[in-house]
Amino acid sequence: MSDVSTPPSGESLREQIEAARDPKPRNMVLVFNGVSMTFPDGTHALDTTDFAVNSGEFVTVVGPSGCGKSTLLRIASGLTPPTTGNVVVDRSSLGYVFQDATLLQWRTVRRNVELFAELEGIPKAERTRRAAESIDLVGLTGSENKYPKQLSGGMRMRASLARSLVLEPNVFLFDEPFGAVDEITRERLNDELISLFQRLGFGALFITHSISEAIFLSTRVLVMSARPGRLVASFDVPFAYPRPPELRFDPAFAELAGQVSHALRGAHA
Amino acid sequence: MSVQGIAVAGSDDAAQDLAAQHRKGIGWSGIVAPIIGFAVFVGLWYLMHYWALEALWDKPSFLITAPHRVVEDSYLEAIPREQMLRGLGWTTFVALTGLGISIVLGMFLAIVMAQATWLERSFWPYLIAAQAVPILAIVPIIGTIFGYGFSSRILVCVIISIFPIVSNTLFGLLSADRSQHDLFTLHDASRRTRLVKLQLPAALPAIFTGFRIAAGLSVIGAVVGELFFRRGSKGIGIVMDQYRQRTQYPLTYGALVLSSLLGIAVFMFFGWLGHAIVGRWHESTRKSS
Repeated sequence: MSDVSTPPSGESLREQIEAARDPKPRNMVLVFNGVSMTFPDGTHALDTTDFAVNSGEFVTVVGPSGCGKSTLLRIASGLTPPTTGNVVVDRSSLGYVFQDATLLQWRTVRRNVELFAELEGIPKAERTRRAAESIDLVGLTGSENKYPKQLSGGMRMRASLARSLVLEPNVFLFDEPFGAVDEITRERLNDELISLFQRLGFGALFITHSISEAIFLSTRVLVMSARPGRLVASFDVPFAYPRPPELRFDPAFAELAGQVSHALRGAHA
Repeated sequence: MSVQGIAVAGSDDAAQDLAAQHRKGIGWSGIVAPIIGFAVFVGLWYLMHYWALEALWDKPSFLITAPHRVVEDSYLEAIPREQMLRGLGWTTFVALTGLGISIVLGMFLAIVMAQATWLERSFWPYLIAAQAVPILAIVPIIGTIFGYGFSSRILVCVIISIFPIVSNTLFGLLSADRSQHDLFTLHDASRRTRLVKLQLPAALPAIFTGFRIAAGLSVIGAVVGELFFRRGSKGIGIVMDQYRQRTQYPLTYGALVLSSLLGIAVFMFFGWLGHAIVGRWHESTRKSS
């Protein structure tokens, strides 16, 4: 696995050495190699894109609406094949949380959470155990037998998250998952997501149009330009985890938010 | 990590309130309203008999028998009652057999049609034709081929009742969200897995709507079939027609009411079954049908 922007062989060698030294190896779990996307109708959605997500890294892409952020995730997951380039990712341990919870309305929470494990052919006993664990992780214990129509928006997102957790993913894709819930629920879900991230150490690629959410969650923020989407800036977020909610009002946080915002506006111009 | 369901409580309560309201509503919408409806219906019937027929159309009042006469002559007398109930039994048998065939065949066709647009397009015209064909016009053909008895009645039943099953099942199968399909694509689900775990469950509400409509039609089909194919057992349609020929109006209406009740009964049965299976999770299933 290598990033096209650097010499492939050298990078992978350095990676190996680092992996040997580093107690927490930073191996890439998602790699975009020269990926671009032009739809059959001629819409140029995504310009040539190269980047990688390491395990234990939380990368967020911010960009204006309709800039091809969702396309980026669809390509990452293999749902949409790119026009050029390729993506390196292990699809069998890929978590994907959609914009809507997309729960199957005829299944209870428990059975919804088991769905991916079922489709991946994980045996029933193992599936049941993992589902119970995931439900516990997202705090839905006690609601296992409820149907989606009986859940609030926040609970549905939790169930959707648990459904992917069952696969014990190395890499997690989030497509503006908290866009539809209220501000208070959203902040709480952010906190919960961070603690999951810390515990499980997956690599995450998160899409949002909220700068504050992007910085609060991530180790790295990528800024995407308007269509055709192009990664125009990258910011490392220096704050240590766990991140307290008050961090959002920290001057350093505000300064970084200002820089990201500036880059976003630059991308528009 | 601990999560309390506080943010959730509001909407949960709302859902429970709704459910409670629904339960309370059964008193009015489940019992009182139907009784009022029935009273109005019987009232109009009496109005036709005692007043409207003679006053408005200048026709003899016996053409529409008074309801109490229907009950007295048809249901309180042993001989016509026995005759009608036996007929009703046969008609029920034909209707349910026809409906069963329609369900199996119709769902199979819909599943096939859901597999590809070209299949859908190839089958549609014939289904619409089956829907539109004037049964009366092909009666001689059906009779010559399948005989003037049981099999032909069942065939009429199937022709009349299959369309809503195919169209509703197909509509339901194609109604699963694109994003829900994505979930299955993401994990390389086979066509069969997709059908069994996504499309069929998603289609259930529509399928039961189709069953309900088809159930009513299958009774019509059975009665109509009896009117043409008279050999063999005497269903309620034949019994009714014989009363009519002998101008036994109270008995004719008695048989008519029974065959309507049969239609209502199968219709309601499928409404109840649909609610029992789908009601727990489907947003808009109503208990009444």
